[in-house]
Amino acid sequence: MTIRDTTQDMPDQPPASLQAKDFKGPVEPDWCPGCGDFGVLKGLQKACAELGLLPHQIVTVSGIGCSSNLPGYINSYGMHTLHGRPLAVATGVQLANHELTIIATGGDGDGYGIGGNHFVHTARRNVDLTYIVMNNQIYGLTTGQISPTSSKGMKTKSTPFGSVEMPVNPITSAIMNGATFVARGYSGDGKHLVDLMKKAIRHKGFSLIDIFSPCVTFNHDNDYKFFKPRVKKLEDEGHDTSDWKSACEKALMWGDTIYTGLFLQKEQPTLGQLEPVLDEGGPLAYRSLGLSKEQGQNIIKRMM
Amino acid sequence: MTSEKFDFALSIGGAAGQGIATPGNILARIFVRRGLHLYAYNAYQSIIRGGHIFLTVRVSDQEIHSHGDKLDLLLCLNQDTMNRHLGLMGPGSRVVFNSDTIQPGKAQKGAHLCPLPVTELSGGGGRMIQNTVALGTFLSLLGLEFQVLEEALTLQFKRKGQELVDQNVAAARAGFDHAQENFEPFAVPLPRRPKALAVWTGNEALAMGGAAAGVKFYCAYPMSPATGVLHWMSKNARDLGIMVRQVEDEIAVANMAVGAAHAGCRTLCATSGGGFALMTEAIGMAGMMEVPVVFINVQRAGPSTGVPTKTEQGDLWQVLGASQGDFQRFIVAPKNALDAFDIMPELFNLTDKYQCPGIVLSDLLISEGTFSIDPDKMNLHPEIDRGELIDTPSQGNGYMRYKNTESGISPRALPGLEGYVHLVATDEHDEDSILLSDEFTNPHKRRMMVEKRARKFKDIEKAITAPQLEGPEDAQVTLIGWGSTYGVIKEAVEQLNLQGITANQLAIKWIVPLHAEAVGEIVSRSKKTIIVENNHSGQFYRYLRSETGLSVDGHIRKYDGEPFMPHHIVEGVMEQLAGTVDHTVPIQEIMV
Repeated sequence: MTIRDTTQDMPDQPPASLQAKDFKGPVEPDWCPGCGDFGVLKGLQKACAELGLLPHQIVTVSGIGCSSNLPGYINSYGMHTLHGRPLAVATGVQLANHELTIIATGGDGDGYGIGGNHFVHTARRNVDLTYIVMNNQIYGLTTGQISPTSSKGMKTKSTPFGSVEMPVNPITSAIMNGATFVARGYSGDGKHLVDLMKKAIRHKGFSLIDIFSPCVTFNHDNDYKFFKPRVKKLEDEGHDTSDWKSACEKALMWGDTIYTGLFLQKEQPTLGQLEPVLDEGGPLAYRSLGLSKEQGQNIIKRMM
Repeated sequence: MTSEKFDFALSIGGAAGQGIATPGNILARIFVRRGLHLYAYNAYQSIIRGGHIFLTVRVSDQEIHSHGDKLDLLLCLNQDTMNRHLGLMGPGSRVVFNSDTIQPGKAQKGAHLCPLPVTELSGGGGRMIQNTVALGTFLSLLGLEFQVLEEALTLQFKRKGQELVDQNVAAARAGFDHAQENFEPFAVPLPRRPKALAVWTGNEALAMGGAAAGVKFYCAYPMSPATGVLHWMSKNARDLGIMVRQVEDEIAVANMAVGAAHAGCRTLCATSGGGFALMTEAIGMAGMMEVPVVFINVQRAGPSTGVPTKTEQGDLWQVLGASQGDFQRFIVAPKNALDAFDIMPELFNLTDKYQCPGIVLSDLLISEGTFSIDPDKMNLHPEIDRGELIDTPSQGNGYMRYKNTESGISPRALPGLEGYVHLVATDEHDEDSILLSDEFTNPHKRRMMVEKRARKFKDIEKAITAPQLEGPEDAQVTLIGWGSTYGVIKEAVEQLNLQGITANQLAIKWIVPLHAEAVGEIVSRSKKTIIVENNHSGQFYRYLRSETGLSVDGHIRKYDGEPFMPHHIVEGVMEQLAGTVDHTVPIQEIMV
């Protein structure tokens, strides 16, 4: 099978026509001072610039939550959709115009809670998009309740006696669901983040970057003080990104060492590449409408 | 059967898995190839094996609009069918059955029993062979030459090999010959009209209408009775260049549809009430983002899982109120399959022009019914108008997606275009897309945007043809219906006229916008108004009152899962004209 290249080529060092600042949106973020999402936004703007992308070539698609306000803060086409639904919407956009660079963004509640079903299926379909989850292990916009990634025992307004539930592990979940690019970042390490984002956007297929993006207002268990001494880059450990078993083992570690970096990457045709309807004729969105005379005749012929 | 109009109906009854569809399809094909008009209704249940399936195929040399009131020919594939239906077969009818396995009951006087010793006639040949033997008998009773059936059987079975073709042709021949020798054929043989017709289901009509309208993206989650749209789209996707996706749930369906539509594709999805409930939030998103996208709700009997394989018009208020908040939407309830086909391009043009969601309210009766169609009546190349759509790049800037224009319509640019970078959001937003919700609350801007969107629908009635009375203006009774009841009311009106009662029909197709003034005027000047609805609470009646302030004189409502038959309405009108009642609930006499 030949795999078609559905996005423009992205060399490692393109002639940077735009700077990170050119990707600043029309509005200043209204996140709390110290919020991890600032680092994620900054990293994404830098990654887009360094990849040589232009604002009109990108669509950022988000759900609902603090982090889902991101499309308003970046200079690109944007869709600020419904709670939990960015991946479904983004899949529609991607298939309708497969020449666009699609970046879905959101939080842990949005992606792994209310949107969990779409997370499973978008991963297994290998839709060519990058999914950036700002994981703060809390519901922030609703003023502090447990999220699907909150640790067992965590005390919040909805769990005053401590959560009794096991958290979801986004990395192992993504791997088991068939994602072809699975990474974890930390908002406190901007350089590493930009590197992961560039790789993820360049990757053909579904890319997840789960990013520790601390909520300084509502989650005092998992703040910068918690992460800083624990995070270790897989890149420094010689991790084999084709070894899914080792990736899962390392992803499950949650103690003195918590790994960040690229856990798994594999080459596999994307949904768009496997769909013959996209073979010729450019993006569906720009094709001429209406049936040809021959198509009309075929329809009638099959009815008779 | 009357001498002036050939009007003939046959039924095949049995359990699921007994192979009713195959003889049904073969007969339908034979009938339409002879140019006969056809209307088929299949009563079934949500099981793959067992239960009771009852397929009714009505044919005529003139246009027909319902499955009618009576049966001329019945094939019983099991004892259960014989027990349930024999008593309803009137004088002159024929009842065909396998006499090896089925005991006839007591038939009405004048009904002919036609026993078939299937084993003897077929020489064995498996469980399904009784169907083929019976088909041969049908052809003889209908006065057709055997060759017609031989061709149809060959076409049906040739993919499975010559042996099966030969076996079926031989069995059919035996059934044919046996009938020639033993049974009296119908007095009037099946006529022929000069021009062959085709068959389609309502779901196929909806899908074809979408394809003709330029749909490039279709996604769905399977749900009866809407799945037929998915099947047609999937089969034709590659030939027609349509992206067809089956996705994880109807929430994903609706959200994906909004994404594809926003990116620029004409986008369609179909479901039934339960799935539509899951789609609801995304329909509101399309309203807020001003994205043109079309949703089909094929109604079935509810609430909840309800009766999955039965028809009802029970989702009117669901679609009227789908999603929170005030927003603009079109809602259209097609009257029949051809209407379902025709409304798709019109609805897509409207949703593109006014940048809002459109909803088609079909039901099981239309969507799963099989009908004849003259292909010359299908406009496969309708006019396509995408409204104020920007699709060429620009070097300029200052584009505002939600510009506060006089018409309320803001030119729409597709993602990917240089010079038009913008955000769309489910939050309330300003002309330049910047969210208002996170600003200090700004009542003036909020009001401006609400009014901008609402302005799109000022005088929207004028964009659509108003409903008109069918029949004499000064009729004694005006029957009001909406959507799929059109055909059965039309036939009831014809029957009433034959009985000396002048009647007319006001058929409503466009629910939103409702031409309240035109409808109100008709209702006000009618002598006696009766609303006919396939639901319990009079959903359209309540909507009509809310929009016009007008009431009506009577109601005929059916909510047992089965569609109206013309005589149900005729009898309801009679008793209401007599003045004894103003609310009739017809009894479903055929127990299916």
